[in-house]
Amino acid sequence: MATIDIRSVRKSYAQTEVIKGIDCAIADGEFLVMLGPSGCGKSTLLRMVAGLEPITKGEIAIGGRVVNDLEPKDRNIAMVFQNYALYPHMSVYENMAYGLKIKGMPKAEIDAAVKEAARILELGPFLDRKPRQLSGGQRQRVAMGRAIVRKPQVFLFDEPLSNLDAKLRTQMRVEIKRLQSQLAVTSLYVTHDQVEAMTLADRIMVMNAGVAEQVGTPLEVYRRPASTFVAGFIGAPAMNFMPGRMGADGRSVGVDGGLSFTLAEGAAAAGRPVTLGVRPEHLHPANEIPDATTIALRVELVEALGADTVVHGRIEGTSGPILARLPGTARVAIGDVLPLAPAPGELHLFDAETGRRMAA
Amino acid sequence: MQRRVIFDDKLLPYLLLFPQVAVTLVFFIWPALQAVWQSTQLQDVFGLSTQFVWFENYTAVLTDPGYVGSIRVTAIFAASVTGLSMGLALLFAVMADANIRGREAYQALLIWPYALAPAVAAVLWLFIFHPQIGMVGRTLNQAGVPWDYKLNNGQALSLVILASAWKQVSYNFIFFLAALQSIPKSVIEAAAIDGAGPRRRFFTIQFPLIAPTSFFLLIVNVTYAFFDTFGVIHALTQGGPGTATSTLIYNVYKAGMVAQDLGGSAAQSVILMAFVIALTAVQFRFVERRVHYG
Ligand SMILES: Nc1ncnc2c1ncn2[C@@H]1O[C@H](COP(=O)(O)OP(=O)(O)O)[C@@H](O)[C@H]1O
Ligand SMILES: [Mg+2]
Repeated sequence: MATIDIRSVRKSYAQTEVIKGIDCAIADGEFLVMLGPSGCGKSTLLRMVAGLEPITKGEIAIGGRVVNDLEPKDRNIAMVFQNYALYPHMSVYENMAYGLKIKGMPKAEIDAAVKEAARILELGPFLDRKPRQLSGGQRQRVAMGRAIVRKPQVFLFDEPLSNLDAKLRTQMRVEIKRLQSQLAVTSLYVTHDQVEAMTLADRIMVMNAGVAEQVGTPLEVYRRPASTFVAGFIGAPAMNFMPGRMGADGRSVGVDGGLSFTLAEGAAAAGRPVTLGVRPEHLHPANEIPDATTIALRVELVEALGADTVVHGRIEGTSGPILARLPGTARVAIGDVLPLAPAPGELHLFDAETGRRMAA
Repeated sequence: MQRRVIFDDKLLPYLLLFPQVAVTLVFFIWPALQAVWQSTQLQDVFGLSTQFVWFENYTAVLTDPGYVGSIRVTAIFAASVTGLSMGLALLFAVMADANIRGREAYQALLIWPYALAPAVAAVLWLFIFHPQIGMVGRTLNQAGVPWDYKLNNGQALSLVILASAWKQVSYNFIFFLAALQSIPKSVIEAAAIDGAGPRRRFFTIQFPLIAPTSFFLLIVNVTYAFFDTFGVIHALTQGGPGTATSTLIYNVYKAGMVAQDLGGSAAQSVILMAFVIALTAVQFRFVERRVHYG
């Protein structure tokens, strides 16, 4: 078992820097998910941990040992690739046994290990098949099997579920979580899917353009997003943002359109330009929330999702759209003006210039 | 979708097929049939009288110790050319596949020899290995190593093998490189993580995965060594010294053009033709059943 330490790691391809200094300490047995939009550098960071890409600057240590100059095979890791990367000319059995054979493990032990992995992953009937004779879900399981038979110190996953259909993805997600908590192997998992991240992770690293915007538990990144990027990336529909300025008292924010919201705690100098954020699910009918600033939302679009109804609208006199997620029982029609108010303590305040969280 | 038929429906397909069929008939089928016919004829030296002799020419050819010796030369020649050109091409392809800097230039340079006519290629080799005027040949002789491919059988055979193989390396290289690059990078990375070093990865992952290409190239190269190397041999050694570099295809030429034994030459070429047909059949069977991985 092992910890992973990522220290000021940078990566450049020729002149372009794609990882711009990331620090993160991953505890033994922890499941860390790296979440971010496509092209933000998730795979690159993961591949540096694997040893498939050289590290331009900084250090990565696995189990306390700096691995910068170690070959992948000397890092005691296993990786599951997005396209599974099974050996096409080998049977399922041989695919799983390959790494063990190289280690020089006796045949009987290899056999026991492969059979055990096949049992856990329900691959028993397929051991003699070639990868091309398997379905996507089964290939995915073989890739998992190949990773677990080796009993590595660290699991690395690069979007392992993104080639599966929605139903299978949910099923495999549960499976991966179960396996990982059973085996208690430190895991790094790359995805662009926030549901995967929220459900699998002990902690999430939210990445944006080569930078770790925030590292925290799923609830932390949801409840206290460290930046407007994180706030907008986590949660669906995305958080509403309203540009504004700190009021003279340093406790209230006047947003464009003339409304003023009072924050739970004091935050910044008067007159400072800020961005006020509130999640769609935290806007409620105004009569349920006493003493709060009321937003008059003119409804432009209604999405009835059954359990919820998502309302798209605009505050009179402002340009940005505002979304609200109301109970499925809400009766709303286009053109209605809904009086809504943010739940207490659910306002987020960000610096307008840096996008960083200020308070609240 | 709209289909407009301008020509008469029944005539059009024949019209479209005609050029191809005509070319095949005039340049392939007709000469082939002529060769078969010719091989049953016995003609006197002056071409004045011709006689139908059934398979006499074949018996003569197959019992001729010179012809049997030529089979031996051809076997050595074909095996060496194929082995050398495929081996070198694979080595270069593996390096080009891994290599990073200057890769385009490297690949382009390797492809050039293929663009040369066989005779031109042979002249290049001649200029290098000629005992008196060739750079290498002269240096060898000056250094006290007796080198004259015009006198030494082994040296002559080595030289035509080298020149023939060199010309084919490019072709093989392109196919090997394409095959290597069609292996997903992640499969090789997975093997690296599984603990396999570069050598082991090559022998357990890459080589098995390019097996279909290797087999295809094997057929192509054997065919090349058998039939397309006439120009190289003719320009370098003319089949000599003695019969040291007289391969089967060169013998067809010698029998027909030099010895003027048209019947015997035709019999030899029919035997060779049967061999190509067999080889092509094997190749087609294989291509049809070609293993598809993944
Ligand atoms: N081999 C490479 N050469 C140059 N740029 C690369 C290379 N690999 C990735 N990049 C760039 O690095 C950035 C991050 O890529 P990647 O880590 O694959 O993103 P993600 O996995 O988050 O989608 C992208 O902008 C990509 O274009
Ligand atoms: Mg990626």
